[in-house]
Order: sequence, then C-alpha cells, then structure tokens
Amino acid sequence: MLHIKGLEAKIEDKQILNGLSLEVKPGEVHAIMGPNGSGKSTLASVLAGREDYEVTGGEVLFNGQDLLEMAPEIRSRSGLFLAFQYPVEIPGVSNMNFLKAAVAEKRKHLGLEPLTAKEFLKLVNEKSKLVELDGQLANRAVNEGFSGGEKKRNEIFQMAMLEPTLGILDETDSGLDIDALRIVANGVNALRSPERSFVVITHYQRLLDYIVPDFVHVLYKGRIVKSGTKELALELEERGYDWIKEEVDAHA
Amino acid sequence: MLMPNTMEETITTLSIVDTDRSVAVKVDASAKAALESMRWPTTRDEDWKYTRTGRITKEQWAILEAPAQSNWQSMSIPALDAWQIVLINGRVDHAQSQLPVDANIQVTEDEVKTSQTFTHSFEALQRAYCTGHLNIVIADKAQIAKSIHIIHYNDGNKVLSQPQLNITIGAFAKVHFVESFGSNATEQSFGNRQLNISVGENAHVSWDKIQDMHDHDFLMNDDRVAVAGSAQFTINTLTVDGGWTRNQLAISLDGSNIEASLNGCYLPRRNQLVDNHTKLDHRFPHCNSHELYKGLLDDSSTGVFNGKVYVHLDAQKTNAYQNNANILLSEQAQMNTKPELEIYADDVRCSHGTTTGQMDEEALFYLQSRGLSYEGARKLLTTAFINDVLAHVENTAVREHVTNRFEEEGLLYI
Repeated sequence: MLHIKGLEAKIEDKQILNGLSLEVKPGEVHAIMGPNGSGKSTLASVLAGREDYEVTGGEVLFNGQDLLEMAPEIRSRSGLFLAFQYPVEIPGVSNMNFLKAAVAEKRKHLGLEPLTAKEFLKLVNEKSKLVELDGQLANRAVNEGFSGGEKKRNEIFQMAMLEPTLGILDETDSGLDIDALRIVANGVNALRSPERSFVVITHYQRLLDYIVPDFVHVLYKGRIVKSGTKELALELEERGYDWIKEEVDAHA
Repeated sequence: MLMPNTMEETITTLSIVDTDRSVAVKVDASAKAALESMRWPTTRDEDWKYTRTGRITKEQWAILEAPAQSNWQSMSIPALDAWQIVLINGRVDHAQSQLPVDANIQVTEDEVKTSQTFTHSFEALQRAYCTGHLNIVIADKAQIAKSIHIIHYNDGNKVLSQPQLNITIGAFAKVHFVESFGSNATEQSFGNRQLNISVGENAHVSWDKIQDMHDHDFLMNDDRVAVAGSAQFTINTLTVDGGWTRNQLAISLDGSNIEASLNGCYLPRRNQLVDNHTKLDHRFPHCNSHELYKGLLDDSSTGVFNGKVYVHLDAQKTNAYQNNANILLSEQAQMNTKPELEIYADDVRCSHGTTTGQMDEEALFYLQSRGLSYEGARKLLTTAFINDVLAHVENTAVREHVTNRFEEEGLLYI
C-alpha cells in the first residue's frame, strides 16, 4: 500500500529526512517513534504534500502510484488522510459545509454519485458517535473555539467520514488527557480493517497501549534506525532514546 | 422629464462642469461661490491621503437629461418586493419608477433648504448644481412591508449626477431601503450624491447600499444620519464594482438606547479604489454601536478605511465595537486602514481592531488535505470572510443578489 524508499527531504536549507524507507501493507498499523527533531512530523507533512518541504531524493508509492507527484487534494481523494498535530481553526466555515464539500470531492473522484442530504446526515450521525462528538460541534465553525481534545476528536471524525485506506496520525495523542486519549483511540480502532492501514506517529508509548501496532520503528536523524514489534515501544518507554542514539552515533 | 424647479438658470462657467453640453438646472449661487473659493482636496489633506481627486477635477463633466432608453433594469433585484424609484442621471424618472402607493410614504422632489457650510468641495459642488431632489417621509408608526428601492443610473458621456436625498423616518416606524448605483458600461460618469437621513425615536431602519458601477466611473457618497433615542439603524455598504468609490458616512447618535450597526464589504481589483470613511458620534449614554468592514483586495487595487468614533463626555455606558479586516490577494494590492477613537467619557466599552494579511495558507492546506481543490478551498475561505459582513444584510433577496454579483465577477474564486 505505502512504499517509501530512501526518502530525503529538507526545509529551507535544513536536511531533515536522510534516506527513510518504510513498507506498509494493507491492514497493518505501524508506529513511528523517535526523539524530538528526528523528523517524525516532517515525514507526515511530506506524505500529505505540504509545500514548505522539498523532497530531494527517494520515492514514495501509494497503491502503486507516485505519491509525490500528486497535489495534496488528490492524495486525499486517493485515500490518504493526515490527522494534524495542530488542527487549523477556520472561522466562518462550518464543519458541516466543509465536510459536505470534502465528501463530495472524494465521491466524485471515485466516480460515485453524490450523497443525498439525508444520506449525508445519516453518515454524520453514525461517524460522530465513533468519537463521542457532540452534534453541536459538527455545526460550529471548523475547530473554532474547540478544546484540544475536541480538535483531535474532530480529526478522527473527519477521517471516519472520508474513509481513507491509509490514515496518518501525527502526534494525535499530544495534549490529550487519558479520557480523550481513550476516545480517540477507540475511534481509530473502530476504523481498523484488513484493507485500511495506519501510520501512528508519536513521541510516547502511552497511545500504543490503546492503538496496538503491528510494527514499531524508531526514527532518528531522518531515517529509521530500529524496527520491532510493540515490545520495542515498551523498551523505549523504559530506557528512553539515549541508548538508541548512542548505538547509531557509534556506528556513524 | 421633470425638472427640479421652475427657476432654472443656465450654468455659468466652472472648470469641471462643461457648460456647453449641460442642460439647465437651478444653480445655488452661494454654494457655487463657496465652491469657487475652496480648493479640491489633495493627498496632502489627511482625510484624502490615499484618495486622489485629480482624475475627477481634470475632467469636464456635463449635466444631462435621461436618454430615451436606459438599461437601468440591470440594477433591479427581481426577488425583492419593493417600490422602485429610479433616478437617471441624478433625477427621478417617473416613467421608469414605481413610486410608493402608500399613505404612510410621502415622496416629493422639492428643494430642501440645508446648511450653507460645506466641509469639502464635493458637498459644495453637489449643492451648487443639484440635479434633483428626492424627499421621502415615512409616517410615525408606519410598518412598511415592502422595501423601498432607490436606483441611481448614470447614462451618458461624462455625465455628472448629483441628486440629494432627504429621508425622514417617523417615530416607531419600520422600513427597509435599498440604494443601488449603476452606470452605462461604455461611458464614463461621476456620481456625487448627498444623503440625509433622520431616524425618529424608536424607529427601526435598515439601509443597504449596492455600488455596482464600472472601472471608468467615479462615485462619491456623502451619507449623514441623525438617529433619535431608542432607534435601531443599520447601514450596509456593499461595493461590488467601480473604478473610484468614496463613502463618507457620518452617524450621529442623538439619544439614548440606540443600536447602530454599520457594515461594509469591498472587493476591488484591477486599479480600483474603494475608500470608506466613517464617523460615529456617541453623544448620549447607553448606546451600542457595531462596525464591521471587510475587504478582499486583488491586482493593483487600493483600499482605504478610516473609522472615527467619538464618545462624548455625556455618553457613559457606551458600547462601541469596530473592526476592519482585509485580505490582500496580490503583492500589488494596497490597504490603508486607520481607526480613530476619541473617548471623553470614562465608563465605556470600546474596542477596535484592524488586520491586513494574506490568505491563510495553513487553512488552505488543511482544506486541501481533506480533498478540496485549491480553488475550492480559496472560495470557501473568501466566502466565509465576506459572509461575515453579508450576515448583517437581513433581506434575503438583497443578500443573494450581492452574492450572485460577486460570483458573476468571479471574486470569490480568485
């Protein structure tokens, strides 16, 4: 599904990704962990198509297609979803109108008929329950005045509405209390299926108690330096990142 | 064609009025003398710092009769249930108008004596060569169900239209006015219209201005409003199109418990200029004012906003809110904004804010990452930005008409 090979990227003059490779198959959940500044959010941004980053090498195939050649909206319509670390507040644009437009674009891209108002509303009701999102929030302006937890739940709600094949969660756990974390994780778990994959980017192991990954990777200095199963996350929780840094730096 | 008065004189020379081409109107000699003794404002004058008048004063304008046929209907709003008063070249055209048939609405065209002191040359020019009067009186307690739509249409080569509107709204009356400004697509015009509104106690008045001229046109609006106690007054200045547009709006709150709302949106492009000067006088305690002006500026256009709010010594418990927000869509677009608050009372709540910036790239990317195209995302953001102002236009037909015009001009997609 997602095939990243030797990805290199920089922002302004700063090289952040240095030959990152990762293979994600359908239905798998991959966790990407790493110390601050290792390139975790850069990876998410590059995959979603943020323009500030310049890809200087490597390739990314998404369902066999060159992802890096696609505009951000085409990536989305093709089934990629990024849950933002900092969801953007957009005053004046209602969550509903925005989602209606997003769902319509996606269906058009897939050659499907647009949903009727009734079908759309039914979908909203169904999906908002997944993250225990108050109906009131759906009618407010996008993220405006939402608490940190509400913003993250809104991200997962949008993901549920758009039914991507690949969900990238960029530090979705940051700033969440344990209850909000559980709600968000439950929402993600409800969306897990044999066809849908996730890349979960996180600094802490805590989230992985709730969203149990198939693989855990450690990102350091812009490349994956260690891969393992969920036990690796526990080890990192216990020992921190220093031992990995030392290991890598000793080889360098 | 109705002439404003029987005492007509032929215009004598004034450099900007082309006396050879002009039809006879009654000349106000003292206003003319005052005009000749004044100089036209230049960018050295603080109130005209960004708005040049040179292109107006170097022209020769003429006062013209209405042509046999005029395309003023383009200004009409079919969905609006309204009496329609059509002024062609600054004078009421009875044949084209559907004047109100309502005992509570009195329409006359007599000359009204007004002050002979002039704050600027445009005012003196208007008074010296008034092309027509339109006086409307709404009776006390009248609840006017239909809107009153005043349509100004300039039609003729270098035509100067200078009507004076005097509107008196009785106590406890409720009425909605729409005032549209349009022009012939090929001939240059200069509209210089004076509006005086007197809002009676407890009256409820809303006034929507739709300015929809062409790049070659000049439009000066001098709006003066006196509001009596406990009244509600809303004025929305919606500038759709036009080369040079200046709105000079002064509202005096002459009683307590008044709710005043003044809003505007402008979407200039190419070399257009839109200038909104507002002045709000809080003279009595316990009044609320709400002011919101928003602009989307493209190409090499220029915007000006100057919002004066005076809270006089006696105006305790004033609540005054002012906001001016702008988005520059091009590197060459320019916005000059200046709030001016003068507060002499000590127990008041006044807030003001101005912002001028680019489109929010982060919001654009967020919307794109959810599948919206770049154009679709921009449209969603610009529409939301302008809808903030249009939300103050209560009449659905007017709101939709203006939204449609913005869409026709492709302004929300830019």
